[in-house]
Amino acid sequence: MKDSGGTLLTLAGFFATVSLFAIGGANSAVPEMHRYAVDMQHWLSDRQFSDTFALAQLTPGPNVIIVTLIGYHVAGIVGALVTTLAMCGPTCVFAFFVGRAAERFKGSAWHGALSRGLIPVTLGLTASSAAVIATTSGYNWAALAITLGTAFTAYFVRVHPLWAFAVAALLGLSGLV
Amino acid sequence: MNMPSPGPFNPQSPAPESLPASASAPQPVRPSLAELFTAFAIISLSGFGGVLAWSRRMMVEERKWLTAEQFNEAYALCAFLPGPNIVNFSVVFGSRFRGPIGAAVALAGLLGPPVILVILIGAVYAHYGDLPVLRRMLTGVASAAAGLMMATVAKMARPLFRNRAVVGPLIALATFGAIGVMHWPLPLVLMAIVPVSIAQAWLRA
Repeated sequence: MKDSGGTLLTLAGFFATVSLFAIGGANSAVPEMHRYAVDMQHWLSDRQFSDTFALAQLTPGPNVIIVTLIGYHVAGIVGALVTTLAMCGPTCVFAFFVGRAAERFKGSAWHGALSRGLIPVTLGLTASSAAVIATTSGYNWAALAITLGTAFTAYFVRVHPLWAFAVAALLGLSGLV
Repeated sequence: MNMPSPGPFNPQSPAPESLPASASAPQPVRPSLAELFTAFAIISLSGFGGVLAWSRRMMVEERKWLTAEQFNEAYALCAFLPGPNIVNFSVVFGSRFRGPIGAAVALAGLLGPPVILVILIGAVYAHYGDLPVLRRMLTGVASAAAGLMMATVAKMARPLFRNRAVVGPLIALATFGAIGVMHWPLPLVLMAIVPVSIAQAWLRA
């Protein structure tokens, strides 16, 4: 890597910015990560991005660790730590101070308006993440069938994610996908 | 909260640790730094898509560090702070009991183990990521994960479409169109949509 310091700065700047717009959790920012890391910076291919997303889903822990994996892919262990800190640092400082002040604002009118206003946006973002992942993980019919089959099942039945992943991995292993 | 609790919201209050918890009311237990770390490490490592359920079980039911209402309030706050919800929760929770150091320790418990784990997984992927077998399995997993998100969207959408509401669904659709279809930059889209969405929620209140 000819300019690793520059890459680290780019990683830190991007993920610190993204974190401020990740309403509803890290998965809401998946389309933005894809847009930047794949389309603009060409750090990963479509394929690698969808693999990275799958690996993050398979790892126990909060969804945010997908950024750790992207950072690792781009700039090794240092990159992994830098992206994780950038994604969590600024918002943690914010949460720290708001958490201490929040007691006074509890139950105020804007609290309700804020959360009710954010719900439809979060909904649109989650749908976007599903669309981006579904389209980057291959356009073939088998992958689409797994996506729709899982969606249908999980809507009507309570499915533990690990079961869904295990079945899907086996279907992949069998050469269907 | 005006009740004279030992103040999760007031970490600076003198909390004599040498005294046994023999005070009048059944007071919430105040976790030590080590307990904070292990609690969030356990929550984190058992959190496949169910971090919220796990944290509630541990915080409220098992260890009784928070009442159910306190938990709901803290979690509602963290859900609309920017950044990952559970990460915010660890900071707010840790700081309420043990100040800035508590926040840092809870955060380290939450992120430390999975970060180490995911780096190891990343290293394995860097070596074997091109194996066709692994790629096919990961494609399957990614497809299933997309399906799980779709199911979540459908469940979230149900209450939104009730009462013949129009604005909420329109905002959700506009967000999806801008981000999921047009692939426009997230900050720009949110700066346009979020104020509109909050304003309409405010006006309808």
